[in-house]
Amino acid sequence: MATAFAPTKLTATVPLHGSQENRLLLPIRLAPSSSSFLGSTRSLTVNSSRRLNHSNATRRSPVVAVQEVVKEKQSTNNSLLITKEEGLELYEDMILGRSFEDMCAQMYYRGKMFGFVHLYNGQEAVSTGFIKLLTKSDSVVSTYRDHVHALSKGVSARAVMSELFGKVTGCCRGQGGSMHMFSKEHNMLGGFAFIGEGIPVATGAAFSSKYRREVLKQDCEDVTVAFFGDGTCNNGQFYECLNMAALYKLPIIFVVENNLWAIGMSHLRATSDPEIWKKGPAFGMPGVHVDGMDVLKVREVAKEAVTRARRGEGPTLVECETYRFRGHSLADPDELRDAAEKAKYAARDPIAALKKYLIENKLAKEAELKSIEKKIDELVEEAVEFADASPQPGRSQLLENVFADPKGFGIGPDGRYRCEDPKFTEGTAQV
Amino acid sequence: MSSIIHGAGAATTTLSTFNSIDSKILVAPSRTNLSVRSQRYIVAGSDASKKNFGSGLRVRHSQKLIPNAVATKEADTSVSTGHELLLFEALQEGLEEEMDRDPHVCVMGEDVGHYGGSYKVTKGLADKFGDLRVLDTPICENAFTGMGIGAAMTGLRPVIEGMNMGFLLLAFNQISNNCGMLHYTSGGQFTIPVVIRGPGGVGRQLGAEHSQRLESYFQSIPGIQMVACSTPYNAKGLMKAAIRSENPVILFEHVLLYNLKEKIPDEDYICNLEEAEMVRPGEHITILTYSRMRYHVMQAAKTLVNKGYDPEVIDIRSLKPFDLHTIGNSVKKTHRVLIVEECMRTGGIGASLTAAINENFHDYLDAPVMCLSSQDVPTPYAGTLEEWTVVQPAQIVTAVEQLCQ
Repeated sequence: MATAFAPTKLTATVPLHGSQENRLLLPIRLAPSSSSFLGSTRSLTVNSSRRLNHSNATRRSPVVAVQEVVKEKQSTNNSLLITKEEGLELYEDMILGRSFEDMCAQMYYRGKMFGFVHLYNGQEAVSTGFIKLLTKSDSVVSTYRDHVHALSKGVSARAVMSELFGKVTGCCRGQGGSMHMFSKEHNMLGGFAFIGEGIPVATGAAFSSKYRREVLKQDCEDVTVAFFGDGTCNNGQFYECLNMAALYKLPIIFVVENNLWAIGMSHLRATSDPEIWKKGPAFGMPGVHVDGMDVLKVREVAKEAVTRARRGEGPTLVECETYRFRGHSLADPDELRDAAEKAKYAARDPIAALKKYLIENKLAKEAELKSIEKKIDELVEEAVEFADASPQPGRSQLLENVFADPKGFGIGPDGRYRCEDPKFTEGTAQV
Repeated sequence: MSSIIHGAGAATTTLSTFNSIDSKILVAPSRTNLSVRSQRYIVAGSDASKKNFGSGLRVRHSQKLIPNAVATKEADTSVSTGHELLLFEALQEGLEEEMDRDPHVCVMGEDVGHYGGSYKVTKGLADKFGDLRVLDTPICENAFTGMGIGAAMTGLRPVIEGMNMGFLLLAFNQISNNCGMLHYTSGGQFTIPVVIRGPGGVGRQLGAEHSQRLESYFQSIPGIQMVACSTPYNAKGLMKAAIRSENPVILFEHVLLYNLKEKIPDEDYICNLEEAEMVRPGEHITILTYSRMRYHVMQAAKTLVNKGYDPEVIDIRSLKPFDLHTIGNSVKKTHRVLIVEECMRTGGIGASLTAAINENFHDYLDAPVMCLSSQDVPTPYAGTLEEWTVVQPAQIVTAVEQLCQ
């Protein structure tokens, strides 16, 4: 069964630049090279690289689907990928994500927030690249690493920071916390703290869009974007939902933020075939691999996938190769990951890369970017002040929102609904 | 996951040994056409009636409306017009009426569409409403339950069927974390108006996995309501009420009750999700039960009446929360309580109910609350062993005699 192991080795050699190179893939490219993809455990894949060439010819065939999605936006020097306005918007959103998370770390160590706090540093290109293309009525489903997805979707820094402080002004009134960020107004469907459980919910939101269009005959072009990590791709809910989304042709984009690590479990140690994007074609949907440290590439892929979904052509699986610059959560000392690996990705900081692009292409001046950074710094500072000054939830809030219809608390011995008892509005009733 | 279609025959035979319902043959429904029926609207024991009537009145009122599905012939006369149908048809009728009323109501689950449901509760609905409203899902309980929750968050009102309730153990995470808690963690922003329903309970030699007593598993999830239906009348009424509720509701159906036959009103009606049902008023002892055990209790009641006892039988119906009003009034009258349930003994509904009664009505009790539950064993396959697992009428008679000494 030698060939069965071939895909593992393949991954180590797929270059970052996605479909363009995949299509052109020649045996010569398969030799382990310096541009190897999943960097951290290259040694795993070196032995028996001989066999690759043969298996490649057959393994590669389904990849055709990739080209349907990303029709090589050849970026010649003359045509830029973005306008100045778009560039500044992306830059601002990424800076916001980074500054906000850095501030979270400070506040956590200062004892202003508690529990598990997972920061997004390093992965900003994915959130910004996708969410800034969406409309307000499009839905986003996130994971426990959700602050920045919420910010990109338009939830205010004040509301997110207050939620982290456990204050009543938080986007979930202090009832959710770091891993449960919701905003109905912005169609931010959460914040799901367990691995994989958000994907079915996202699939349901996409089902709603289809239902509105086809059953209720409403004019609905909403799409849903589900974000999750490489670790989630070994969970059954991922596969179950890929199947249903393709089966029903739902307007959804599955975005894998492959940061190579599931806490301390290397992606290569956990996954038989580490090329996650290849699971798309297996379910009858396009699978795309993109450099998740490059917001412009992410955005190009996102455009295609979102447009496809809006047109009713079904789901897309996008694997963004990225890296988190901090530990899994603020409770993680991050001692396991190799310093060289961290340095390699730190050098590819997505924000620095965008800045370089904007300046080199004369889309923005250094001063303009500086003023954005200053503006965001002030905004985040202000969010902290706001959160700090906001009140803690009162006792009366305890029993609110357990049931949408408080009759769910039942009928008391006196024959009245228990929620009519004044103690319920005081939050002091025993339930 | 294997589907089990044993329904009709087995169920009927079992039941007919325990009660006098005439459902030996799987009768083709000869019911009045829906559209012809008057659209008058009855709410059995609604808020409105509760606020206007006193407690005693409420019981009488609901008794008049809710015929005793078991034995008492006089109950049938209380519904002058109406149509006769089986319990699974009553569920279907309720579901169909709600789908007619509100286009946001949809059904999803395994084999609910073209196949019509493993117990035929969704029969004919796919033809009428289309494949998207009656969605046949692949076999992936956790994902399709989560999909229902996502759809509910974004405005639909899905009814999620577990082909067998036991299969929903695979969806436990979605039911607990997302269905139960998401309304709270989102600070009240999102509501999850789903109904999760399906056949459960100990059937007829279905083996351990298909004979689950799941009430106890689900009861401590915050934010979820649970009701158990036991007659065609309350099956339809509870189905409709569950669909209309903004809360997530788990509706327990029992595999052995699908072929119960009863005449139900032609008029539109719903039952109150939070309310217990007085089955037989009495003076000597309060017997609290639900779902299939209602029929074991009623069989025992016949014997008890012959022996000179006058038991009060209440179908608690709402498994979470409990209707402490109806239960309390009964305890204050009889001063003795026997709970009969099919649920597990450890951490079951009966255990919670015992605690609730002791906390609230201790002063009224003349004897300790007694609870007859099924045994804490995986439901055995062999007929004899299975029979000994669940509570039998003779045990109920003995327990009542003991309590009333």
